Amino acid sequence: MSSLEIIIFIPFLAALAIWMGAPARLTAVVASTVNLLWVLVLAVRFPAFKSATDLAFVNKHMVLDNPAIAFAVGADGVSMIMALLTVLVTFAAVWQIVDKPSMYHIASLLISGGALGAFLCTDLFFIYAFHEVALIPTFLMIGIHGRAEKDQRLAVAWKTTIYLGAGSLVLLAGLVWAVIEFSGGGKLTFDLVALRAQAATSPLPATAQAPLFFLLLVGFGTLVSLFPFHSWAAPAYATAPTPVAMLHSGVLKKFGLYGLFRIALPLLPAGAQVPWVQQSLLIMLLGNILVVGLVTLHQKRLDDMLANSSVMHMGYLFLGLAAGTEIAVKGSILLMFAHGISIALLFAICGRMRNQLGTLEMAKLGGIGSHAPFLTVVFAFGAFASIGLPGLANFAGEVMIFMGAFANGNSSSTFIPAQGLTSLHWTVILALWGVVISAVYMLRGYRAIFQGTPQTGLFMSDPGSGQWLPLVLLAAVLLAVGCFPSLLLDLIQAPLAPVATP
Amino acid sequence: MSVFNLEALLALLGLFVLLLEAFVPSVSSKALAGICMTGVAGVLVLLVTVAGGQEALPAFVGAYHQLDSLAMFYKAFALVITFFVLWLTLEASPYLNKFSLDGKLGEMFSLPLFVCVGMMWMASAKDLVTVFVSLELVTVSFYVLVAYTRKSALALEAGVKYLILGALSTGVLVFGVAWVYGATGSLSFEGITNAVQGGEGNKTALLFGVSFLLAGLGFKVAAVPFQMWVPDVYQGASTPTTVFLSVGSKAAGFVVLTRVIEALTVSGSMVREEVITVLSIAGAVTVVVGSLPALFQTNVKRLLAYSSISHAGFLLLALAARDSVRVDLSPGGTVAFYLATYLPMTVLGFAALIQMRLNGRGEELDDFKGLAQKSPSLALLVTLAFASLAGLPLTAGFFGKMWVILGLVDQQLWFALACAVIGAAAGFYYYFRVILAMFTPEESTEPFRMGVLARAVCMVLGLTIAVLGVYPKPLQTLLAKVPVAGTSASGH
Repeated sequence: MSSLEIIIFIPFLAALAIWMGAPARLTAVVASTVNLLWVLVLAVRFPAFKSATDLAFVNKHMVLDNPAIAFAVGADGVSMIMALLTVLVTFAAVWQIVDKPSMYHIASLLISGGALGAFLCTDLFFIYAFHEVALIPTFLMIGIHGRAEKDQRLAVAWKTTIYLGAGSLVLLAGLVWAVIEFSGGGKLTFDLVALRAQAATSPLPATAQAPLFFLLLVGFGTLVSLFPFHSWAAPAYATAPTPVAMLHSGVLKKFGLYGLFRIALPLLPAGAQVPWVQQSLLIMLLGNILVVGLVTLHQKRLDDMLANSSVMHMGYLFLGLAAGTEIAVKGSILLMFAHGISIALLFAICGRMRNQLGTLEMAKLGGIGSHAPFLTVVFAFGAFASIGLPGLANFAGEVMIFMGAFANGNSSSTFIPAQGLTSLHWTVILALWGVVISAVYMLRGYRAIFQGTPQTGLFMSDPGSGQWLPLVLLAAVLLAVGCFPSLLLDLIQAPLAPVATP
Repeated sequence: MSVFNLEALLALLGLFVLLLEAFVPSVSSKALAGICMTGVAGVLVLLVTVAGGQEALPAFVGAYHQLDSLAMFYKAFALVITFFVLWLTLEASPYLNKFSLDGKLGEMFSLPLFVCVGMMWMASAKDLVTVFVSLELVTVSFYVLVAYTRKSALALEAGVKYLILGALSTGVLVFGVAWVYGATGSLSFEGITNAVQGGEGNKTALLFGVSFLLAGLGFKVAAVPFQMWVPDVYQGASTPTTVFLSVGSKAAGFVVLTRVIEALTVSGSMVREEVITVLSIAGAVTVVVGSLPALFQTNVKRLLAYSSISHAGFLLLALAARDSVRVDLSPGGTVAFYLATYLPMTVLGFAALIQMRLNGRGEELDDFKGLAQKSPSLALLVTLAFASLAGLPLTAGFFGKMWVILGLVDQQLWFALACAVIGAAAGFYYYFRVILAMFTPEESTEPFRMGVLARAVCMVLGLTIAVLGVYPKPLQTLLAKVPVAGTSASGH
């Protein structure tokens, strides 16, 4: 039995134990702490265990022979990073649940276990299956414990369910198509390693790759709130209970991008570069950055603003995908991690403010900094990270994406002005304005809430009794990765895929 | 003992129970159910133990009776679902009693046995006459079963609707059979296969006959546009009968459809393209038309009726994807696999409805509120059943849907694929409504009681769903022996 299998099953077993009556908070915290430490150890030892195929901790149990489906686990650098993100956010999310029904703990653990399964399996069937498992508690929690009037939260829950349900079915069709294309002449196989080997030795012609890549882009993209399939995300995060908002926006949503980088791009490296696919991807991601960015500017409530900003920042990640160069792809993976940590931090604080203040209208708030200096500082970490301030993790990712995308020379990172500007370059130029937009709304929100004179009747205290721990942890991770991005980047030394040369 | 005698044994048991009920008025429901369930289980054991005895058929029987693995599977399937229906009838008897004329449920225990005999016979049919006779045995027994709880107005309505439409569809079916005979000169599947392969006979006449044949079978499996009767009949009939209709009758229809379609679409068949087109369109439309009204249902029983239509659509699509899929399942095998996963989840869903009624609750969505607080184990099992109906991965229902989608992608039936995706996505909504209702907290403090037997059986069904969802290999291996379409005929 591989360590990875145990890591995947710990949250599920803990959830089962709580359902059977174990003390909810204790069980959940212990399970998530064990997982956090274990994944940290594995990440440290990962380079030593890596095999020739860049997978470590591999194990496999056959489920079906034809088509070959196996419960196969294995971690490469990318999945290691995603697993780290998952256990960090899970720890923070579970830790901050206090005085809630045990369903909060169960749902958080199920989402965490599903995400770990999706990131650590190497069989398409189980990758897909675990992600779906994680979606169910998300829907239920939004519908039952969401923070709005009943009709409204049900509407949000259904919108999320149907968008994500339809998206994942499109995805299933795409995955099945990929399985049929890349299984070679013999038996069908869902083994990602075998499929990638087949794609590397006998790739499809680029024109044939394009429609399949586009189908996967729509399927995975819906899960990541790619414009124009994004409208479920902002209300869902604004309505979801805090741990669910943290886990879904921070971790589970990244599954779509993870799938694009780990499944779609390696199998169909040329598909992403076919002009019509690339052009439509560029338009869609500009929709995320600029359209949703402008929408975010106009939000009056903190939770709406954070939810929309989370959708907006997905655009940068897609930019890395569209560029397809090694630097851009690595930058995207780094930014996935950084964005997950920063948005989880912000949602955690936002949830606390909602509990204490009863309102999140920015116009009604102000001067919280004088009551709660600690929260003010930690929020600043999250906010500045998501703007892309150097020294915090997001900056490194964004810079790598922009640089990787702005290349047209022979090497994947040189830019030769004499060759003119392609549509990718124009997209980068436009996307850079997104940084300005996020600076505007984040700083404006920060000033409105934390600075100025305190409003009468509103009081907010700093977290006591250990509640500061998850916040400090997340902020420290942002700082550490921001100063030493190589901590993570070293894990993904091996090339991710047959990388595109522009 | 030959497998062939098992049907006779079961029919004798049915007659015995019928007489017992008539002449010994004091016999209790429990005793009747016990006798029938023991009998069915015994026959199932015999079937499994003598499963190897295919060649033992006497010649005069072998002419119209076959015992390939598909037939054996559907025979076992019929016995299993009959067993569960008998159990459900026993479970439901405390409240069903009130709706029958004499306050007892006598024939509700013997009639399922006759239905079972019909289904078992049908599974082995080699020609359309046997199909017709056994189909009638099934249908006529269902006429009685549907209207048995006669004091309920809904059941009466259901009985009348089922009788009229069932009789009509029988007429349509016979008309189709006659035309097919006229066009091919044969009533046996083998003869039809040879005729369509050789291109003998008038193609137009054959297509005309086939369209009526498919329409008649379409009624039985509730394919659009012959699905109108389903919601009212399913809602009105007593819940055990609904289960029987939804699983048993559907399986009976599909075993015949499998045989008919395999005969008609054998490679080189002159009507192959047409039949596949009709199947894929009918399947696609059935999935969507079955799903969309389900979105607006507040009655869970009715919702399950629409869900049953939608599943019939998926089954038709499985048949439409001919010669596809480099998996070990033929289209017929895929259908059988799908039905085998469909059985536990449907039975479990309806068993929950019966438990609701036993606890004085209704079948509306609102009645499910707070179930997770009162009976966490039942709520968890029902969640599993509905997740499986919705086709969520790691439940049994997912594999059925995935084989269908795999087949459609492989055969590039894009329209059908789009409809399947739409239907399945809609399914997320209406199945999750029930799940959401169960987990919604409710103030009421009435306790929720469940018998030990009910608890155990529900647990077994739930386990089956979960195990098949992660380890479907045994079932697939069992069905993999089903000969691939096209080779079955040439093998003779």
